Amino acid sequence: MNIHEYQAKEILKAYGAPVAAGVPLTDAADAEAAAKSLPGPLYVVKSQIHAGGRGKGKFKELGPDAKGGVRLAKSVDEVKANVEEMLGRTLVTKQTGEAGKVVNRLYIEDGADIARELYLSLLVDRSVGRVAFVASTEGGMDIETVAHDTPEKIVTVAIDPDTGVTEADAGQLCEALELQGEARADGMKLFPILYKAFCEKDMSLLEINPLIVLKDGHLRVLDAKVSFDGNSLFRHEDMVALRDLTEEDEKEIEASKHGLAYVALEGNIGCMVNGAGLAMATMDIIKLYGAEPANFLDVGGGASKEKVTAAFKIITADPNVKGILINIFGGIMRCDVIAEGVIAAVKEVGLQVPLVVRLEGTRVAEGKKLISESGLNVIAADDLDDAAQKIVKAVKG
Amino acid sequence: MSILVDKNTRVIVQGLTGKTGTFHTEQALAYFGTKMVGGVHPKKGGEAWSSGVDGTSLPIFASVAEAKEATSADASVIYVPPAGAADAIIEAIEAEIGLIVCITEGIPVLDMVKVKAKLDKSRSRLLGPNCPGVLTPEECKIGIMPGSIFKKGSVGIVSRSGTLTYEAVFQTSNVGLGQTTAVGIGGDPVKGTEFIDVLEMFLADDATKSIIMIGEIGGSAEEDAAQFLIDEAKRGRKKPMVGFIAGRTAPKGRTMGHAGAVVSGGKGGAEDKIAAMEAAGIRVSPSPAQIGKTLVEVLKG
Repeated sequence: MNIHEYQAKEILKAYGAPVAAGVPLTDAADAEAAAKSLPGPLYVVKSQIHAGGRGKGKFKELGPDAKGGVRLAKSVDEVKANVEEMLGRTLVTKQTGEAGKVVNRLYIEDGADIARELYLSLLVDRSVGRVAFVASTEGGMDIETVAHDTPEKIVTVAIDPDTGVTEADAGQLCEALELQGEARADGMKLFPILYKAFCEKDMSLLEINPLIVLKDGHLRVLDAKVSFDGNSLFRHEDMVALRDLTEEDEKEIEASKHGLAYVALEGNIGCMVNGAGLAMATMDIIKLYGAEPANFLDVGGGASKEKVTAAFKIITADPNVKGILINIFGGIMRCDVIAEGVIAAVKEVGLQVPLVVRLEGTRVAEGKKLISESGLNVIAADDLDDAAQKIVKAVKG
Repeated sequence: MSILVDKNTRVIVQGLTGKTGTFHTEQALAYFGTKMVGGVHPKKGGEAWSSGVDGTSLPIFASVAEAKEATSADASVIYVPPAGAADAIIEAIEAEIGLIVCITEGIPVLDMVKVKAKLDKSRSRLLGPNCPGVLTPEECKIGIMPGSIFKKGSVGIVSRSGTLTYEAVFQTSNVGLGQTTAVGIGGDPVKGTEFIDVLEMFLADDATKSIIMIGEIGGSAEEDAAQFLIDEAKRGRKKPMVGFIAGRTAPKGRTMGHAGAVVSGGKGGAEDKIAAMEAAGIRVSPSPAQIGKTLVEVLKG
């Protein structure tokens, strides 16, 4: 689960990290009051959307020469003018896709005198099974580019969960970021704070790009991106409250209500599969036979008939879907439960497109019998190859 | 021969009394009499569990340590829900259970970071979490794999995905090769056993004549495994291998069901993994439906 920059900064501020004063707003009428509550004379107006690359992004409705999604303002009037121009407009960045994202919220922040821009993030380093800091002197840039072009400029420090961030760890990070004097003292305090926030809030990513050294020598968190581990949300009601549903795909929101793992894609073959690996492989084989999947959908292990019905409805509600492939290899999942769910869903919402069903594994005979006796117009498939070819043929004609 | 489990493996169940634990314990007992020897429930120690299928009764103990003491269990399988699963694994580690198999999906990753730290200092091996378990045909079934698709044979199978394990098993059974052991290592980013650990066991197992390795996007375990195979081949240890990588068509930055299946920071993409595996001499099947046939072709030479 992702949150906005201003929300991430509020969390970090509560842990004692150095963050600039700022005010979020959703109504242009609040711009003047927001700016006046800040010290000035320099302000930053930042688009709050769940996508990176905002600074270099372009607003669809404005001309190609208009400024991007993060703007400097040198007076209260400039803040107001920028807010008027940005709010409600569609920002296209390299992460949003061509459709872009509507900016419903802006964050007005106190400006900073920047001496140096650094990169710092925390994540779970799966190769060692530990939380790790990733640090680089090359801040304010796309870290993937830095990793690709100059990997030696990226330093990773993994933290032992039994000790937390040690003096040695923090010292190593100071070296990596070339921090001296006040900045070093700030860093020695900041690294354990960030680690504590990361662990206590069950984050999966905490990215500060850039972390800046101010001209007065102190450190400041200039941008912050936080994602939470979806599996931990059951113990973080306060974090769940930060979720902004307007940033998410409607079908994905509906799927998450039913505990379904669903990702909307661009193609026209809807997929319902059990197991994440098989669900990905089903997408891959559709592509291999020349068509494109409309979605990733894993109904999971112990799905009930109701869950299967909900999954089927989400797939059929997508107007791009011109055919459906159900591919089940039952382990925990029983084929008869899948069959019952599909039959119930079709009875409820009808079936306007070709449906290919491939069942294998636990209670396969019962499942196949239910489908064949249901009278539904289903194309049965023997195996995954057969299923993929049949659905691609049915859709392409 | 086989790896990890055989007809002598004695298994206890953490989370036996729940619906999932009950169903799969019944299935395990029905699978060539897998030696299920007891269950663990902190509040139901002293009670008994009985199978709804044939009435088999298993004793329930209040702790893993107590269960191990009473039953001489070598292995434990965990069906405990996500919020308590990490503690269940830690309890099994502290009771010095040799093989711990955690089926549970959805454990917070930072819980697994804590488990991993304890595991590294122990003698226990953990399979999973978020895995289908391990099965040696006609001997022992731990976890949720459907026993009916297996056939005793010569292929070792290791996979990050449950249902793709079944595909590989089903296909190798259909082409007549059968399996020595199938091992699901799980789809989570932080887990107990990696490809390398299982490949090492398959290379050392005389009965395993060929190996199927099924990976997916995310992380670099496949690349690490490929390097391991290259190094082992230089030492003269090499077996015919077929691979598959799921997620070629997955969009960047999106988590595809499995918590570990995400291409992030420009790393973990399918094409890099396939290239690394091919460089290590693994024939990577482009289709998940052709894994068995591809292995037959490789074995024909």
